[in-house]
Amino acid sequence: MSAGYAPGRTLPLRVEFVRQFRRRRTLTMFGLLLALPWILVVAFTLGPEPAQQSSLRLSDLATQGGLNFAAFTLSVSATLLLVVAVALFCGDTVASEASWSSLRYLLAAPVPRDRLLRQKLVVALGFSAAAVVSVPVMALLAGTLAFGWNDIRLPGTGEVIAAASVLPRFGIVVGYALVSQLVVAALAFLLSVSTDSPLGAVGGAVGLVIVSSIMQAVEALGVVREFLPTFWSTAWLDALAPELDWSGMTKGAALSVTYAAILVAVAFRRFRRKDIVS
Amino acid sequence: MKLRGRRPAALVVSALLVLGAAVWALWPSPPPVKALDQRITVVDGPRDDQRVSLDATFFSPATGGKAPAVLLAHGFGGSKRGMRAEAERLARQGYAVLTWSARGFGASGGQIALNSPDYEVKDVRQLVDWLAARPEVLLDAPGDPRLGAAGGSYGGAITLMAAAYDRRIDAIVPQITWYDLADALFPDATGAGPENGVFKRMWAGLFFSMAVDSPLAPGAGGLGALAGATGADGPGAGGAGGAGSPGTPTGGAGTPTGAPASPGTPGAPGEAPAGGGAQDVQCGRFLPAICAMYQEVAETGRATPAAVETLRRSSPISVPGRIQVPSLLIQGKRDSLFPLAHADANARAIAATGAPVEVAWFDGGHDGGDGEADWVAERTAAWFDRWLKKDGTPAGDAFTVTRDGGRDPGTRRPVLVHASAGRYPGLAGARQSTVPLAGPDQTVATPPGGSPAAISSVPGIGGLLGGLGGSAGISLDMPGQSAAFESAPLSAPLEVTGSPTVRVRVRGEGDVTLFAKVYDIGGQRPTLPQGLVAPLRVKATPAGTAVAVTLPAIDHRFDAGHRLRVVLSTTDMGYASPSAAAAHRIGLAAPALALPTDPSLRSTGAGLAWWTWALPLAALLAAAVLLLTGRVRRADTPDPESAGVPLRISGLTKRYRDGELAVDDLSFRVEQGQVLGLLGPNGAGKTTTLRMLMGLIHPDAGEIRIFGRRVTPGAPVLSRLGSFVEGPGFLPHLSGRDNLELYWRATGRPAGEAHLEEALEIAALGSALDRAVRTYSQGMRQRLAIAQAMLGLPDLLVLDEPTNGLDPPQIAEMRGVLSRYASGGRTVIVSSHLLAEVEQVCDHVVVMHRGRLVADGPVSALLGGGAKRANGARVRLEDVFLDLIGDKA
Repeated sequence: MSAGYAPGRTLPLRVEFVRQFRRRRTLTMFGLLLALPWILVVAFTLGPEPAQQSSLRLSDLATQGGLNFAAFTLSVSATLLLVVAVALFCGDTVASEASWSSLRYLLAAPVPRDRLLRQKLVVALGFSAAAVVSVPVMALLAGTLAFGWNDIRLPGTGEVIAAASVLPRFGIVVGYALVSQLVVAALAFLLSVSTDSPLGAVGGAVGLVIVSSIMQAVEALGVVREFLPTFWSTAWLDALAPELDWSGMTKGAALSVTYAAILVAVAFRRFRRKDIVS
Repeated sequence: MKLRGRRPAALVVSALLVLGAAVWALWPSPPPVKALDQRITVVDGPRDDQRVSLDATFFSPATGGKAPAVLLAHGFGGSKRGMRAEAERLARQGYAVLTWSARGFGASGGQIALNSPDYEVKDVRQLVDWLAARPEVLLDAPGDPRLGAAGGSYGGAITLMAAAYDRRIDAIVPQITWYDLADALFPDATGAGPENGVFKRMWAGLFFSMAVDSPLAPGAGGLGALAGATGADGPGAGGAGGAGSPGTPTGGAGTPTGAPASPGTPGAPGEAPAGGGAQDVQCGRFLPAICAMYQEVAETGRATPAAVETLRRSSPISVPGRIQVPSLLIQGKRDSLFPLAHADANARAIAATGAPVEVAWFDGGHDGGDGEADWVAERTAAWFDRWLKKDGTPAGDAFTVTRDGGRDPGTRRPVLVHASAGRYPGLAGARQSTVPLAGPDQTVATPPGGSPAAISSVPGIGGLLGGLGGSAGISLDMPGQSAAFESAPLSAPLEVTGSPTVRVRVRGEGDVTLFAKVYDIGGQRPTLPQGLVAPLRVKATPAGTAVAVTLPAIDHRFDAGHRLRVVLSTTDMGYASPSAAAAHRIGLAAPALALPTDPSLRSTGAGLAWWTWALPLAALLAAAVLLLTGRVRRADTPDPESAGVPLRISGLTKRYRDGELAVDDLSFRVEQGQVLGLLGPNGAGKTTTLRMLMGLIHPDAGEIRIFGRRVTPGAPVLSRLGSFVEGPGFLPHLSGRDNLELYWRATGRPAGEAHLEEALEIAALGSALDRAVRTYSQGMRQRLAIAQAMLGLPDLLVLDEPTNGLDPPQIAEMRGVLSRYASGGRTVIVSSHLLAEVEQVCDHVVVMHRGRLVADGPVSALLGGGAKRANGARVRLEDVFLDLIGDKA
């Protein structure tokens, strides 16, 4: 082998980060995610005041303060926008290299296959995490500037909790949102490894999430629904309940980790044995 | 190619779909239930001389054979139709079930006597006789069927009354029903009895109007709560009951009255008999005596001794010690008509006889709530399984309370949990805790005419409001009409289960009607738990009359930091209050509120499901197995002999999954310093060979060694290989220079080894180097790719069609580049189909055709050492090549 070659030094994270970050779709996605809270702020400011002040829905409480606004923003973006973002970062990462034909030159460099996948997964998860975190954080900033740093009013009960004491809860919310997106990330990653079409990988992952959310509306499925990957996706609302209830989030996290571990393992296994023909 | 990977997945998915459809189709459907409509004629009346035809339906047990029987009674204003779903459910579980429309309801004849022992109870006894004659019914003794009875509200009361008067009934499940109808309609929280009670005006009015036929028959909606036993038959049952029986029977003995009309269709105006008159409109299908009693008490708002006597004859209070069968009493937490205290009184009376009793407070009742139809049906079936089938079904919990369980994390809908205890503590609770109350004496006014009135719960609309009917319901006190006494904020949560008590003192003149209630203060607005008030009538004196007030029985959690507020108001919309204006002073006789609790009530189902920890662990294990078993291991024993040989291919074979043999037993070697041409027509297997050489494709057999090291995916020796195969591969959004730099950094090798400038010189891109690659022409990408392949000056350079897209001067230059590259002792392999090109550049060639090696050697040898063709021209490589592949074709 060449004197300077060491498998453990191939494809450093920084290199992969730069390769992915400078992409137009990465920058567009982050731009969109960071702009969304401001768009919502404008929408709330321009729109008429809600007639019924006593309503305790999350959307009607959004203008109560920065924390309320951030919770609302997360609730509207978690179901689709964040899913799309995570699916984009994790689904695009290998498939786009395949479609550019650059994958074969990386592998012949040689970057060992497991290492290539590992580095790509780490960077993709990093981007996904940044996406998931950036929305609530930016919403907190935008909401606080627009509506003030007020105590949070909980949806449903209307109970008021001091802003300072709810911040750790907010950390739980963001943490759970991260964990619950793992399953989307792993699914997109597996599809990314399996196909040469980036659109197929991203669309496939989003599509399966949509199918899962449709299935969970079918109450006839009974207890089976609890094992759908998206069933617990809104469990973070429990962290904003008057009494912090861990049971839903624990179940959701357990399920997400379960699916993610298996999907990622299958992805590695497939990629090892795959004939790269792109 | 892509299809190959997807086929197994598609197979699995379709197999699952087929399996699912098969399971769906073959899943055992519940056995059909046979229902037999039957008119049963009974004789009743005080002198047993009135013949009435009852409309009944008999459901045979789906399990066949002889089975225990169950009587299912409907609620007030309902009919047998409302019980059908529940009856079928029990029939499927192996019971013979009889539903019937009580006299005066549905298509049955007769008049409503309010579950009188002379009328309805006698009817039921004859229904039991009828059941005892059915071949499907299991008998304990001749004429004595193994029999249970269940029903809600009006139907619950007949269950109790029948059990008292007919020893053949073996187990009962009365729901949301009364112990003392007089007390239910004239409650008094001081315990002075119905004669002193306050008239529950709105409920009583609704109750009695249910029996009056009207063109505007009561439709579906809140009124259905009266008929709906436990919510199982829905509010629609109320509509069925108020319709369909034209005319009031004139009571002739022996004539079935009330022609069977089609129940459920609102009586058309024309159906009302012309001769009906005021009596019909006022009394509907009530027995005239009952009707007259009601008119009297409703006008005065006071219960006469005669009225109390009549109402009590229809109540379990009149049959002390005679209900001696196992009883499951299910009472609603949202019930201002028959509050929890009635179930408590029934439970105490039945338990005193030694009969087993279980009590359940569920989220339902006449004011709405969830209804918990499934849970009620399950408990009912389990009760009958235990006491009728005697199949060893374990006893339930002696006391069960439905509580709010927060929200389901998946669906965000409210969930209910059932807290249970092994002992029923009664309304006084298992323990008492005392909360100090404070507040000055306050003057309250009784408004003239009793209006405006405070609102606690509004009868009939609770069902419409659904979940709002209870704790979060509408409650409103009028200013100047109420006195309030408040506690300090609670230091710990307090779960009250039972009837709180408080002692108050009333100063003034004459009778005063008060309504006592406990608010939960501290939420967004004051909450009146379960919307309940306790009315009381006090004879006030100037010195002050002290009374002990038993507040409504509730099950409610007062959170820490919340306050309790006891309010006594002079009005309540649901009750009759005096119309004369008055003012009284109200103070606390003892500054404390006694609150019953039951700490032994425990919610079940708490704690995490086992899979929350088992699943992730199993998944991690499965993932580890997947990864470890999937490891591609090939022993790499270096071959010292060929360490100096840039490339040695031996026995290489690759067959694609579609069966096509792409490379077939290929062997050749390339020596150092050679420029080797790899020739072959399209499909000869050149590219497949080169891909295997790069470690991208796994060979089926044979091996490739580069400098003695075997090539596997990611083998370190590949770092001595520079490759350009099947076109360039760049990140289109990066510039040419960034692409090369990042590629080199991806190899992890030191920047000094890259020889980037030499490579860039070969690419000859000039200023375009800093433009994004997506703007490049094909030739520019081609040159950049060749430059990338030369980064680090690899010992073995593989170029696939390197001159594609290059113009003639560039081709000429490329020729020079390759020659110079090889002259430094490095080895170059050029794959091409441009034979002239190969002839000029290469010193050796390998010719492939259909995956096999057809020729191998120096170009000069192949050309026959400068031999001439017949026409004198020099032999060209093209001719040799065509000969070669022609031969093999």
